[in-house]
Amino acid sequence: MADYKVPCIDKPLDIPALARGSMAHSAPFPAAPEHQQALGFPGELVDDWHDKAIDKFAELLGKSRALQVYMDSCVKCGACTDKCQYFLGSGDPKNMPVARQDLMRKVYRRHFTWAGKIVPWLVDAEDLTEEVLDDWYSYFHQCSQCRRCSVFCPYGIDTAEISMAAREIMDHIGKGQKYCNEILGKVHKIGNNLGLPEKALANTLEDLEEDIEEETGLEVKLPLNVKGADILLVTPSADFFAEPHVDGLIGYAKVFHQAGVSWTISSYASEAANFAMFIGSYEQMKLVAARIRKAAEDLGVKRIIFGECGHAWRVAYAFLNTLAGPFDFLDPDYPVPQHICELTWDLIEKGALTLDKSANDHMTLTFHDSCNVARATRMGEEPGGQFEIPRAIIKACCNNFVDMDADTIRESTFCCGGGGGLLTDDLMETRINGASPRMQALKEVVDDHGVTHMAAICAICKSQFAKIMPIYGFEMDSIVSVHQLVSNAIILDGQTSGQTSEAE
Amino acid sequence: MLSAVYAILFYLAAVVFSVGLVYRIRLYAKTPAPLKIPTTPAPVTQAGVVARMAKEVVFFDSLFKSNKWTWLFGWVFHVSLLLVLLRHLRYFTEPVWSWVVLVQPFGLYAGFAMLGGLAALWGRRLVVERIRYISAPSDHLMLLLLIGIASSGLLMKFVAHTDIISLKAFVLGLIRFDWQPLPADPLLLTHLGLVLVLMFIFPFSKLLHAPGVFFSPTRNQVDNAREKRHLAPWAAALDTNRQEGKADG
Repeated sequence: MADYKVPCIDKPLDIPALARGSMAHSAPFPAAPEHQQALGFPGELVDDWHDKAIDKFAELLGKSRALQVYMDSCVKCGACTDKCQYFLGSGDPKNMPVARQDLMRKVYRRHFTWAGKIVPWLVDAEDLTEEVLDDWYSYFHQCSQCRRCSVFCPYGIDTAEISMAAREIMDHIGKGQKYCNEILGKVHKIGNNLGLPEKALANTLEDLEEDIEEETGLEVKLPLNVKGADILLVTPSADFFAEPHVDGLIGYAKVFHQAGVSWTISSYASEAANFAMFIGSYEQMKLVAARIRKAAEDLGVKRIIFGECGHAWRVAYAFLNTLAGPFDFLDPDYPVPQHICELTWDLIEKGALTLDKSANDHMTLTFHDSCNVARATRMGEEPGGQFEIPRAIIKACCNNFVDMDADTIRESTFCCGGGGGLLTDDLMETRINGASPRMQALKEVVDDHGVTHMAAICAICKSQFAKIMPIYGFEMDSIVSVHQLVSNAIILDGQTSGQTSEAE
Repeated sequence: MLSAVYAILFYLAAVVFSVGLVYRIRLYAKTPAPLKIPTTPAPVTQAGVVARMAKEVVFFDSLFKSNKWTWLFGWVFHVSLLLVLLRHLRYFTEPVWSWVVLVQPFGLYAGFAMLGGLAALWGRRLVVERIRYISAPSDHLMLLLLIGIASSGLLMKFVAHTDIISLKAFVLGLIRFDWQPLPADPLLLTHLGLVLVLMFIFPFSKLLHAPGVFFSPTRNQVDNAREKRHLAPWAAALDTNRQEGKADG
């Protein structure tokens, strides 16, 4: 890992000069046959992979208006060329969104357009050769499907849709990615990405209850599989053990406790993440989403609330109703599903939470908008609530808050570098590249405003930053959960000690 | 003979252009969008979506956010093109519609702005390394084609006048299926020839961005996934295994 060239973040990032092929060597570990077959994909590259791939391509064009329109519409205006964090970090021109798309579009032109069939040299049409397939595998796994490029495209062309389709095609010819496909197998088999079985989960939750009791003197519960609870909490499994995620989970528990609502976690659906989105498989995404519906039905809950997780909130907010709805068996007075931040902010607005901002005075915070939350979802009633609500919560819990440069937050936010199925050590160089614009923006507010910590509401962002920030010279624990800040500030009724341990 | 060739080519081009476009638009319209993917923040009402699309199509809102130079060149080119096209209606109408008369002076000078915008776009494509990298031969030729159309038109208007009375008679003859001779002016033949090429390639090229933008799900979808269940027909078929799998579409 130490061998990688870490982009310099001391000054604002220039648009890099093109470094052709500089990231061509980067490719994720291939999925093993058993991981492929568990998802119904061929175990290894099939003999007639070319024809199979083109057939699948044709099928997807017929099933997705986005793919069909985006294959046709690009005029190569270049608006997206300097927008991708993986290009800014690496200079490899195939990481420019238009060039990444063109890896697929040139095959589209060759097989699905007259110009590409008759005069391929004129329009840069190319057959799906082994070389092109290798490029697909390499560069469609250097896209975190963060949709930053789509904000700036005059036609809204979304590279995420294209990289999802490319990965779907590759899965169907036996060229899958280990990280995503292995994890999806675990979700089906055990219930969560980490393969954490029910018993271990129960023990973990009990331990957390003890920790909270030690801190506050109160019996704050983290219930598991409680039938008849009002709320089903679906949260990324990293919340159960990883730092700083777990501090966020403690925060949710305290909020639920103080609000006096009954809630439960389900061991059957103990995972908010839905990695099927990353591999572009509607069928897999539907299966994974169905677990949440089943858990809600089995436990007889009235509401579903999602914890802090970026792409999970996208699948929940934008897709869950489509994939596993209609949710007419739930309480119609609440949106299905809700984000934990929506619940917490409602309570804060109602004055139902007592918050001591000084508990977070040892920190000066900034907020990293997670890409999927920022550009693919909403919180609350108003467009843009996904930016305002988390910031409002942070400001209600902290005295010191500074936003990063306007070009790097809200709808223009950069991906952490580890989204879209890239959060794996075999893609570390790509992750370091992708993090560089965010690290640069952070460095600016650290230098100019004394920012000490960055808050996030995404498990992937938190894991990525905890690993990457030390490489860029920041402390590993300077990434925090938003609900960790809530947890620090909240004063529960009857609490024995006023301050959290972290403040000392 | 020349007149007949051009006349036939224009009929052909009109058919290819319109049938090709209709076919493409129908394809876009009937291909389902399986998921809600508006780029957020997005409008939460249909009226809001109309406003978003209008901003996108009229002002190139997203391009403006991206790059001010590309926006300037691109927007100037497109608006000028529109004015020039409207001005050209005078060759298709008799008597000339009164608002076309009003557009005339703007349309004349828009020709220069159009050429300037195209030249700047091409310069950018040649000079900026990133954009040169992504350009195929066809991307350069497309700009050259438009530059050729604009320059030949401007030359006829401001340098070497063509027989505009006969040209109009030819055009009206095409519309009325009463063929009239086309002046054998090389500039005019070039101008019309390049326009023919443009019409022929329109439905098979990146010029499809024109209808495409209206069908882009990231721009034209309402942000209401929680309130209203969105379901594509092929995806609904996957629901049939489940009893309660009904949807409002």
